[in-house]
Amino acid sequence: MESSVATPPPSPPPAPAPQKPTKDAIEGSATWQLSDRIGLAICWALGLLFCAIAVAIIVYLLIQGLSYLKPSMLVTPATSGFSQSQTGGFSDALIGTLIVGTMGIAIALPVGVGVAIWLVEYGRPAGLARLTESTIEAIAGIPSIVLALFGTVIFSSTALGFLSRTSEGVVFGRSFFAAATMLSLVALPLVVASTREGLNAIPQHVREASYAVGKTKIATTRRILLPAARPQVATGAMLGLGRIIGDTAIILVLLGATQNFAPVGNTFPLNYLRGAGTTLTNFVYEASPTGNLNQPQKAYAAAFVLLLMVLALNAAVDVVHRRARKVGTWSH
Amino acid sequence: MEEQYPSEYGPKWSDQRAERMLGALVCAVVGLLLALIITVFVKAWPSFSHNGLAWFGAGGSVEEQLNQIYLSGLSGAHYVYTFHAWQLIWSTLLITGGAVLLALVSALFVSVFIVEFAPVWMRDILQPVVRFLASVPSVIYGLLGVLIIVPTIGNDLITEPQKASVAGVISLSGYSLLAAVLILTVMIAPLMISIFSDGLRSVRPGWLEGSLALGVNRWRTTWKIAVRSARPAIVAGTVLAVARAIGEAVMLAMVSGSVAFAPNPADGLIFIYEPSRPLAPTIVKNIDSLGSPPSNATLFAIAAVLLMSAAFFSLAGWAARRAMRKYGATA
Repeated sequence: MESSVATPPPSPPPAPAPQKPTKDAIEGSATWQLSDRIGLAICWALGLLFCAIAVAIIVYLLIQGLSYLKPSMLVTPATSGFSQSQTGGFSDALIGTLIVGTMGIAIALPVGVGVAIWLVEYGRPAGLARLTESTIEAIAGIPSIVLALFGTVIFSSTALGFLSRTSEGVVFGRSFFAAATMLSLVALPLVVASTREGLNAIPQHVREASYAVGKTKIATTRRILLPAARPQVATGAMLGLGRIIGDTAIILVLLGATQNFAPVGNTFPLNYLRGAGTTLTNFVYEASPTGNLNQPQKAYAAAFVLLLMVLALNAAVDVVHRRARKVGTWSH
Repeated sequence: MEEQYPSEYGPKWSDQRAERMLGALVCAVVGLLLALIITVFVKAWPSFSHNGLAWFGAGGSVEEQLNQIYLSGLSGAHYVYTFHAWQLIWSTLLITGGAVLLALVSALFVSVFIVEFAPVWMRDILQPVVRFLASVPSVIYGLLGVLIIVPTIGNDLITEPQKASVAGVISLSGYSLLAAVLILTVMIAPLMISIFSDGLRSVRPGWLEGSLALGVNRWRTTWKIAVRSARPAIVAGTVLAVARAIGEAVMLAMVSGSVAFAPNPADGLIFIYEPSRPLAPTIVKNIDSLGSPPSNATLFAIAAVLLMSAAFFSLAGWAARRAMRKYGATA
């Protein structure tokens, strides 16, 4: 294959993938049987179809979002009214999304990184390690609506009544605390998986070098391994954040059916966190024709804002990846 | 490497202590999952014990039963638990099955395309597209479904005679099996594509080269060698997609029709236009009745069924992958 290389492709092949046997001298499909060529055509058609769907979603929401989104919507809370012009905006939902995302990741990141460190660096007894792996996989497979129902049990208990509104001994169990805690479970498997990948990619000799200069295992982990795995940790956190801000079921059940903040008590940050609230996903759900508000224009506007957030997170993941690749790998 | 080499963090971060703390954290996470499973089943028990296996059977209208259950909880005199979930289960089977089937076929073709046949520029477009489709929140899919797909199906695809033919039984408005399956396919296919392509990339190059050296063309080589030896990854991706599809609540609550009804394939092709409601959206729609104890038990019973099916599919996937381990490819 070395000398018989035909015309080199205009752009160099990306990551050296050894299983591409004929990257340089690609066999065309002209010699194939008809059935094989039809198969290739199906490949192209489906690939283009997926591209078309993605473009359609973005363009459609862009058009709808730009035509219905007014800057004032981002700063006015929702109010009740008869027409879509009277019902205000969705500032509470926007802030709620930010709160839920921050709190959820604030819980999921340390827990997820801790679990990943234990799995990769300690992992004894082996039985517990296997059990933990299955647990993380299982959590990833649990439907979020089931997590939400479980949350109603936890946060409606009297012991945790201080985290939400209580009246006449009945704990409502709907608060930012409740929603964010359950949402952190949605993000947890992603953080664990990504961090593990990062730690596993660090070769053993790096650890041995650190031990050789007298560092303890945990100091090595904190000072050497975690900084080296930072891109993967960040990727996991951002993927988890994307999942959190996109989740609706947990918000519907654990944050409330209201479209405004419903603070509880007087201590400033805590009263909002203890109270019910809303997020963009909840707003879109309620403002869609199947929800209680039925304001499709505002639903489009909020969905557009939500989509922008998701796109920004996607782009951030890309940037982190690219930067990590530029820094290089351990192998050289 | 213990106390005699204190790091700059002092003895607080000694090794044993760190290991114990991390171990405790891990145990807490495991314990939380156990608590979740136990709680769900304990809470669900009244509903299961009152109905027995009839819980999974057909009989009566689910809406009516849910309403009775809810009202009995409010009056508090005598709780009613009678619940026959077949309409919901059938809807779940149809929608999940349809979407997974469609997604499996298209994801196979697309991942083969990405890994093997797409030109570099096309691959550079497709990979971000797949990632984007996987990260769009389900509520946005639901919104687009409600405002575009559902009206299109209702106004353009379903003809008036078709509407009239089932008018006495159910009204066809576009909220349908078809809409649910199509949107769910777009939601789960990206998940499959990313796992399938990882599997296809990790096929041993020597096997492919051997096949090519025998004069088999690239298309056949890919399907006969690469796809076959990537079967564990295909199973793994499919299992994940099934779990996601079964648990999808919000999007389906928006587009599937929100009426407990069992579309009957025996009616002919019209059944794909009929509305239905799977298990998970039923929880979402009835979440306000959580305060009524028998409703609470019923909703938890639905959640328990979701948990069980998720567990069943991951076990089945694990068994299938174990059986395929001899083919040498890793998932």
